[in-house]
Amino acid sequence: MLAVAIFSFNKARHGLSWEGFTLDWYLRLLQNEAILEATRNTFLLAILSTLLSTFLGTLFALGLERHPWGQGFRSFLENLLYLPVVTPDLILAAALVVAFGFLRAVFSLFEPGLLTMVIGHVTFQVAFVALVVGSRLRSLPRELDEAAWDLYATYPTYVRRVLLPLLAPGIVAGAMLAFTLSLDDFVISFFTAGPTSQTLPLIIYASTRRGITPEIHAVSTLVFLLTVVLVLGAERLTRRSA
Amino acid sequence: MGRVLVWYGELTTASSLARRGLLLLFPGFLWLLIFLVLPGLLLVPLSFAERGAFGEVVWTFSLENYQRLLGFGVLGFSLDNLIALLRTLWMAFWTTLICVFLAYPIAFFIRAQPASRRYLFLALVLIPFWTNLVIRTYAWQLLLAPEMPLARFLSALGLAEPGMALFPSAFAVYVGMVSAFLPFMVLPLYASVERLDMSFVEAAQDLYSSPWRAFFHGVLPQTLSGLTVGVILTFIPAMGMFVVPDLLGGAKNLLVGNLIQQAFYTMRDWPYGAALSLVLILLTLVALRLYRRYGKEVNLA
Repeated sequence: MLAVAIFSFNKARHGLSWEGFTLDWYLRLLQNEAILEATRNTFLLAILSTLLSTFLGTLFALGLERHPWGQGFRSFLENLLYLPVVTPDLILAAALVVAFGFLRAVFSLFEPGLLTMVIGHVTFQVAFVALVVGSRLRSLPRELDEAAWDLYATYPTYVRRVLLPLLAPGIVAGAMLAFTLSLDDFVISFFTAGPTSQTLPLIIYASTRRGITPEIHAVSTLVFLLTVVLVLGAERLTRRSA
Repeated sequence: MGRVLVWYGELTTASSLARRGLLLLFPGFLWLLIFLVLPGLLLVPLSFAERGAFGEVVWTFSLENYQRLLGFGVLGFSLDNLIALLRTLWMAFWTTLICVFLAYPIAFFIRAQPASRRYLFLALVLIPFWTNLVIRTYAWQLLLAPEMPLARFLSALGLAEPGMALFPSAFAVYVGMVSAFLPFMVLPLYASVERLDMSFVEAAQDLYSSPWRAFFHGVLPQTLSGLTVGVILTFIPAMGMFVVPDLLGGAKNLLVGNLIQQAFYTMRDWPYGAALSLVLILLTLVALRLYRRYGKEVNLA
């Protein structure tokens, strides 16, 4: 990683010889339409899929943890959650390609593009969010629930005043995990992306074939720094509220 | 209306409780069903179908894809696919083993640090884990390039030809894979090493056992749970890897992941890709099974 960062300041366009320090590549980056477009797509994808998966995952965790399901149904649901975690992402990607292929025959909506990528990302994010939120839910004392009901709280009041504030750190941590997973993902995007929806990892991968330019070094460095900041932020947040 | 019951202070009925629970589960459940379970199941019939002339799927039942997998291809008999399968198992196995050997010292090193500094070292382990795999792998391409110190050093020793990049090669794939999966091994292992009760090791040392015996009887049984998680988190994704062998491996080091990627992406041969995917799933299940059995035996010892 350090090597990439160092070379992003290198003057030489080709080769790996060191020809002096420059910030040119970062300026060039701002003018490169393809990379800017890919950056927009990457973040749009990450934000959309995080919102959707956080919503779905939180509801799923609530449904799973807060209701007296029988042992069989419960372990079935838990296995369903572990499925995307243990399946190699390549298999998930392959299955999605096939499914989208068949769906496309019925709805034109499923042309490879941003939508299919969002669907692919949400599919593996939901499980991670549900697992994180679920573990937070299990650690919450139920006495607070009981207190709420003793004070004649209605269900909406209970959700708004008791459940959500207590659960918020878990939901935020889950969302941040989902967000970084989305930024990090390459395999699912690689299979479900369309020609108009390139993301940064895809561009970087493609340019390892065509020859890397220092602009790629620059953008890699930026992505790297951003992830580090996000992770440290998430860690701060969860530790403070734990 | 069922019987009224009290559920953690809430006055409700069993049926309304169940209705609310199902309502909460429903959206996520439906999503996973449509985009995870059904597509996965779809791969099974698809693997028996055939590829049409334009990459479309022709629904005629045939075993052709599996025959091709075993080497009976259009171009005559070749073992390439089988070798790729075996190579996948082989490389995933060695990657996991190397990760285990590297992760134990790292975990003990972090444990030996003062508590305030442990987080720093854990973060150092975590950072590559949060960096995009493509960028990381590409960084190895840079580091293994002929102009870089490592290649120069090796060629100065006469171990590599001067001016040659160290990739594509099996060595480069191992370097890439181990660095990709090391965090997955270190983290769960550290979690159990941190809780390790050293008195067992001290007892072993007092009884003049060799360091190896002290490790096997004092450390291994106590860290087995972390080790299990680490091995599963490393071995299974290592088998499905295609980015690293693609960027660092060259044609001689293709894994099943590369074959799947080619089938879906380059050749547009979905049925064949589905057959390959099912084989990979099968390998995963067998590995999990074997590991569980083997793991239990260690536990008893």
